[in-house]
Amino acid sequence: MKIRLDHVVKTFNTFRAVRDVSLEIESGELVALLGPSGSGKTTILRMVAGLEFADGGHIYFGDQDATDIPVRDRGVGFVFQHYALFPHMTVQENIAFGMKVSKVKREKAAIAARVVELLRLVRLEGLGDRFPAQISGGQRQRVALARALAVDPKVLLLDEPFGALDAAVRRDLRRWLREIHDELGITTLFVTHDQEEALDLADRVVILNEGQIVQQGTPEQVCRDPKSAFVTRFLGDANRLSAEVRGGVAYADGAAIAAEGVANGAAEIYARPGDLDWSAAGPGISASVTRVLDRPGGRRVIAVTAAGEHVEFDVEPELAVRAGDQGFVTLRRAQVFTAS
Amino acid sequence: MRRNVLPGLSLSLGVTLFYVGLIVVLPLAALIIKAASLGPVDYWSIISSSRAVASYRVTVLSALGATAFNLVFGLALAWVLTRYRFPGWRLIDAMVDLPFALPTAVAGISLTALFANNGWFGSVLSEFGIKVAYTPLGIMVAMCFTSLPFIVRTVQPVLEDLDPALEEAAQSLGGSDWTIFRKVIFPLLTPALLAGLSLSFARSLGEFGAIIFIAGNQPMSTEITALLVFIRLEEYDYQAAAAIASVLLITAFVMLAVTNLLQARALRYTARS
Amino acid sequence: MSNASSARKPPRVGDQPLFRRLLIGIVLVVGALLILAPLIVIGVEAFSEGWRVYASTLADPDTRHAIFLTVVTALIAVPINTVFGIAAAWAITKFDFPGRRFLLVVIEIPFSISPIVAGVAYLFVYGLQGFFGPLLEVYDIKILFALPGIILASMFVTAPFVARELIPLMQAQGRDLEESATSLGASGWRTFFSVTLPNIKWALLYGVVLCNARVMGEFGAVSVVSGNIRGQTNTLPLHIELLYHDYQAAGAFASASILAVIAVFTIIAKVALERQGAGRVRRPALSTPAVPAVEPKP
Repeated sequence: MKIRLDHVVKTFNTFRAVRDVSLEIESGELVALLGPSGSGKTTILRMVAGLEFADGGHIYFGDQDATDIPVRDRGVGFVFQHYALFPHMTVQENIAFGMKVSKVKREKAAIAARVVELLRLVRLEGLGDRFPAQISGGQRQRVALARALAVDPKVLLLDEPFGALDAAVRRDLRRWLREIHDELGITTLFVTHDQEEALDLADRVVILNEGQIVQQGTPEQVCRDPKSAFVTRFLGDANRLSAEVRGGVAYADGAAIAAEGVANGAAEIYARPGDLDWSAAGPGISASVTRVLDRPGGRRVIAVTAAGEHVEFDVEPELAVRAGDQGFVTLRRAQVFTAS
Repeated sequence: MRRNVLPGLSLSLGVTLFYVGLIVVLPLAALIIKAASLGPVDYWSIISSSRAVASYRVTVLSALGATAFNLVFGLALAWVLTRYRFPGWRLIDAMVDLPFALPTAVAGISLTALFANNGWFGSVLSEFGIKVAYTPLGIMVAMCFTSLPFIVRTVQPVLEDLDPALEEAAQSLGGSDWTIFRKVIFPLLTPALLAGLSLSFARSLGEFGAIIFIAGNQPMSTEITALLVFIRLEEYDYQAAAAIASVLLITAFVMLAVTNLLQARALRYTARS
Repeated sequence: MSNASSARKPPRVGDQPLFRRLLIGIVLVVGALLILAPLIVIGVEAFSEGWRVYASTLADPDTRHAIFLTVVTALIAVPINTVFGIAAAWAITKFDFPGRRFLLVVIEIPFSISPIVAGVAYLFVYGLQGFFGPLLEVYDIKILFALPGIILASMFVTAPFVARELIPLMQAQGRDLEESATSLGASGWRTFFSVTLPNIKWALLYGVVLCNARVMGEFGAVSVVSGNIRGQTNTLPLHIELLYHDYQAAGAFASASILAVIAVFTIIAKVALERQGAGRVRRPALSTPAVPAVEPKP
């Protein structure tokens, strides 16, 4: 099922949570809504579900205007942030709930068979008789997913699906959700504030800030070509250096970076820690090392430039460098944006 | 057990045990000993006398009726107070506690005034041939009044704290309002309802002040058990008073135990494996 | 089409306008009949024979003595009960000892017991038929049919009031604050007054207000132990009964109006204290486990 949001607006009291968002999600696509808290991502998800109604604009499911269809008639599967499993029902009863209350009457045996099938899909065979309080967080997450899938939704919506889990469980479930999606091919939209999660899992990432879409594209597109300082910062660690643009080139103290299309005047250069090189002799931006952090995979150096700006970069573990060393930083790759 | 670093255990526990012992346990023990001193035959003949049995019947039946009314009305009231906002809801919310705050004797005479044949309600009801004051119905009305807040006040906080996501989840799965209430909301209220029911029923069984004014107090028909105890006392028949009072006491204890059991059962799903 | 208000919310369970209006209507009507009407009728009946009768009832020496006795009872029973409530809450929430749960159940017992049973039970302790009766007689100490009996019976029926407000709250607050205060060298009393008390003051006051209302209004238990001696051991509720059965209905309602006013003030105080956060941490009953409204979060 294709979903289309057309100039959607949502205001809570005076807070404009979602401002004029237009978005298309192709049938069978797995899309992440990524943004900091308060960016409106959960509100968008809840409007797609019908748990909130938009104040303006339209939401289409296929060709149908679904803007005002209440959640129970919208045919979506929703996985809540804290799962919202019914605590007084067993895992089986939770999964069967949607089939039992549905207007479409199902045979008891058919429901039971479907529950078994879903338990197998989410790899919880044998836990059907447990109550939610008796299983782990990751298992509850999978029950919530099975329950949402049980009613054969047209669209699957997940609100911070891995937010409440610890890192190891998170990584496993992420891969596994991708497998399930590939197997079922259901249009899926999920919300996260974790860029790694979004980039790992999604076909397409929609980045939101202050109720608006700031950029969208495949993980590759948003990573390689961030369109704004916000996106660059939000997607991962980045060094920021003040610069001045003159005629399509950004000049910092000891560095010059191509900056086509950036207006003349004050600008900011952003560069990932992996895109900086260190050398004892110039040329480059003069800096002195303040700290060296050793990690299993490498060595991170924290330094301060002559202009007083902090930079972080990664060097080979074998490189001899210690606090107090003087040297030069060169930029292998960087983005330039007009100063905010 | 964790180590105790705070001071004051002996003092606070001492005060507590002394007070509970002197004020609560000692009198109840005295009552039980007094009743037990009767011997089984006398005891049984007193508590199974036809007048006593009639008093149990009217007390229990009225209490059941009042509790059933409060179950429905209390739940509706709790629902309205947590779910809906309308002009005056704060006032209603505050008024719910009036039966707790108003002395029972005061409630008794004012309910009697309302439901007597010449009262505001009684005069209307008598048009339809319904008599409330000085009938078992009056006993029930008084019990309804005095035990009304229990169910409201036990259910209300649970309803307030109910995670809205549970309801949303049930809606997203296609449940109708009635189904969601029946299968999700009501079962989650059950432990609180049980607690409220038991408090409400216990209060009704033991209520005295509000009832004696409206009841008529005719032996065999509108005489509640608590009143019978009182009458035996006034007749200086202390043994009978002790025996019948012990029936009320034991009933209260049994109810406490049963309620705890039922609640534990209703909450068994929260136990971790 | 949908650019109207920002209050557009999808309906929750029970939000259909018709159902909603119907339920509010029923609750308002039944509430008015069952709760409001009894309060109003007290005022109406109290003045049914005019201001003069009202004033003369209140000026009557027996009425004044009944008021006096009720106030004295409250002034003695409530503070003692408060001290007990604090001690019980401190012992139960700040320490682990065997029998804690059982003690909780015992403290709650008076809630489930008929006040008449309580009164009768006291007869068998202090009455001539009871444990200490003969001994008290020898030393000519009057407990029953006198003020001490009234106070004791009042303390029985209100024993759980303060404790049950404090225990859930202090349980929820835990022991960390007190433990860090003592580790900094504060004495037990100092810890209580400067760390614990500020955190529980509203709940404490809440319990005291409710306890006071019940003490002033107690009828059944006091009725058994007081002996109903007009002008001597009649508290205000007993005085009401006496006037009522004396066919002085207006007088009975005039006396009742005093208690009704106290009840209204109790409710106002209760609402004010709830605004301060009192009465929030609550369990259906102390002896039962807390009811989780939501699934325990990981």
